[in-house]
Amino acid sequence: MKILAEFRKSLIISLWFMLLTFPILVIRVNTIEKIVEWRWRNMAFIGIGSFLFSFVWRFMLERRERGRKLAEAGAVETRPFSQRLLEDARVYRPVLAALALFAVAFPFLFSSYQTNIMTTALMYVMLGLGLNIVVGLAGLLDLGYVAFYAVGAYSYALLNVHFGLGFWAVLPVGALLGVLFGILLGFPVLRLRGDYLAIVTLGFGEIIRLILENWNEFSFGPSGVANIPRPGLFGISLSLSEATIYLYFLMLALCLFTVFVVNRLQDSRIGRAWIALREDEVACQAMGIDKTKTKLTAFALGATWAGMVGVIFAAKTTFINPASFTFLESAMILSIVVLGGMGSIVGVILGAFILILTPEYLRAFSNYRMLLFGTTMVLMMVFRPQGIVTNVRRIYRFRGREKNSETAKA
Amino acid sequence: MEYFLELLLGGLTRGSIYALIALGYTMVYGIIELINFAHGEIYMIGAFTALIVASVLTMSGMTGLSVLILASVVAVLYAAAYGFTVEKIAYKPLRQAPRLSPLISAIGMSIFLQNYVLIAQTSDFLPFPNLIPDLPFMEPYAHIMGSTELVIVLTTTVVTVILTLFIKFTRIGKAMRATAQDRGMAMLAGVNVNRVISNTFIIGSALAAIGGVLIASHIGRINFYIGFLAGIKAFTAAVLGGIGSIPGAVLGGLILGWTESFATGYVSSDYEDVFAFCLLVLILIFRPAGLLGRSTIQKV
Repeated sequence: MKILAEFRKSLIISLWFMLLTFPILVIRVNTIEKIVEWRWRNMAFIGIGSFLFSFVWRFMLERRERGRKLAEAGAVETRPFSQRLLEDARVYRPVLAALALFAVAFPFLFSSYQTNIMTTALMYVMLGLGLNIVVGLAGLLDLGYVAFYAVGAYSYALLNVHFGLGFWAVLPVGALLGVLFGILLGFPVLRLRGDYLAIVTLGFGEIIRLILENWNEFSFGPSGVANIPRPGLFGISLSLSEATIYLYFLMLALCLFTVFVVNRLQDSRIGRAWIALREDEVACQAMGIDKTKTKLTAFALGATWAGMVGVIFAAKTTFINPASFTFLESAMILSIVVLGGMGSIVGVILGAFILILTPEYLRAFSNYRMLLFGTTMVLMMVFRPQGIVTNVRRIYRFRGREKNSETAKA
Repeated sequence: MEYFLELLLGGLTRGSIYALIALGYTMVYGIIELINFAHGEIYMIGAFTALIVASVLTMSGMTGLSVLILASVVAVLYAAAYGFTVEKIAYKPLRQAPRLSPLISAIGMSIFLQNYVLIAQTSDFLPFPNLIPDLPFMEPYAHIMGSTELVIVLTTTVVTVILTLFIKFTRIGKAMRATAQDRGMAMLAGVNVNRVISNTFIIGSALAAIGGVLIASHIGRINFYIGFLAGIKAFTAAVLGGIGSIPGAVLGGLILGWTESFATGYVSSDYEDVFAFCLLVLILIFRPAGLLGRSTIQKV
């Protein structure tokens, strides 16, 4: 009887979706040639697809509820299996060594096309880690992160065109400009709560892009800047494939540097202040943490990485225009952080590789890439809001052996 | 003087559309404190549905006012259905979640809907037939205000008045206000909160679809991306007037429309969208509660 009821529910849902998608998915009109195209096949796909999917959806929701109840009863081990695996030195040391070996050998094993894709993925790792500081650690939803990326890219392009500055001179300048713009954005939005903050940062990102697009005398408008030189290596001239490999290793080194710094930041005084701010703003202030300073450092330190990656992006593609810095780019970096697991470094790295490499190797689905992005974001939020790799809170366990002396000290 | 009048009326038209979309934002925010990022996409889907229905009807030989009415009705119904479904899928399972989760889910939904229309239809701009007939008595004023603009302003006025009365006097409206004030208390008093939230999404989406049909007739072309900018601007309007307040949304829409109209007319037309965003940033910094909104005191 229960099966029958479930069956009927799914049937109703499937009919509803068939009706819902009817005008847009089935009918296509060509207003110029005055032809109406009826694509009934799509309707059948939607019907069957939503029928099957609705079972999965309800099953997953039920499982989520059960998991929540168990967690409330305190019956489950709260540390997930993957986390315990990662903390075991016997596991992570050989894995790390193998990964390092693979990363070093990569450009020599694969073509320069593959190396290029890998470099792009590494760039997104760095962007993701930067945004992770703002969103994952400090809990400030920044939807205009791409603005800092644009600032970095344009600082290299324009400084090179006007003053002939090289890559290595501009890299720190890009980072500094990122900090400057981070603080510039941070100041006005200090008082804003979560969702207002999201909208203002989005507006900020769009303002930067629109200015770049319209201020022709400054940024050469929509046509962008071309012929940006690649990074130099002590004046040695490199061939195209050598330059690709060089850029790959440069990016790898920068990524390692980022991971190192972000990891240290997380455990520092300021990192713990960010996490406190994320959890409860009022309680955090009551503990004597300077809210203004903490928020501003989050914005500034998050933006630094975007500024640096921007410089590298300009050097890698040798051509930039405002179209590379739309809201979708921000959304993509955000979904890297969300998918990987907010606040977790390993998670963000994984998220970046999954989101950048999967579409590259599944060219057949390239049309559906953004569609899958959107779907993933919704599904992740509903079923696994903590991301692929859960960022576990550090818990100090009381062992209980020296009970009396310990409590006396405390 | 005539130029000024033209800009004034142009701003009024623009502002009316913003107001229509902003009403949906403001109602949803008032009840579940969520920025419904997918709202702009609902507006876009409304416009697309109207275009498809109108094209099919015209090709099968119908003309005149009946096409307009049928297309608008279908568009409104479909947009409402989409709004309802989006809420059920992306927001309802997240009622208990931290505030960032539904917001990210909403962004995901918005990206999904954009690309759904992009894949199912086309990425090009489609010409939108002007469904609104030319009114003969507007002939002498055509150089400052066409009949389409007049219809837009009148529709917005009528819809806002009806909505205000609806919220004030009907059972559903009262339930909505109660839920907005205190969800837990409303639940205790016997209000079916889930249904109220669904109703809010349905009404807001229907309003967005009306806005979509009107603006598409006004501009004359649509594509899958029109919802994004319209959504952001309508949100600006809602915040400007004080989010959660219905007269505030209308006032905010009109102010935003005039700002854009005068700024592009007298300053520079390149930076049309920059003015809107700057206005948003300034409002949020100096008066985060909006013009007609009440500032809430956070209690610990």
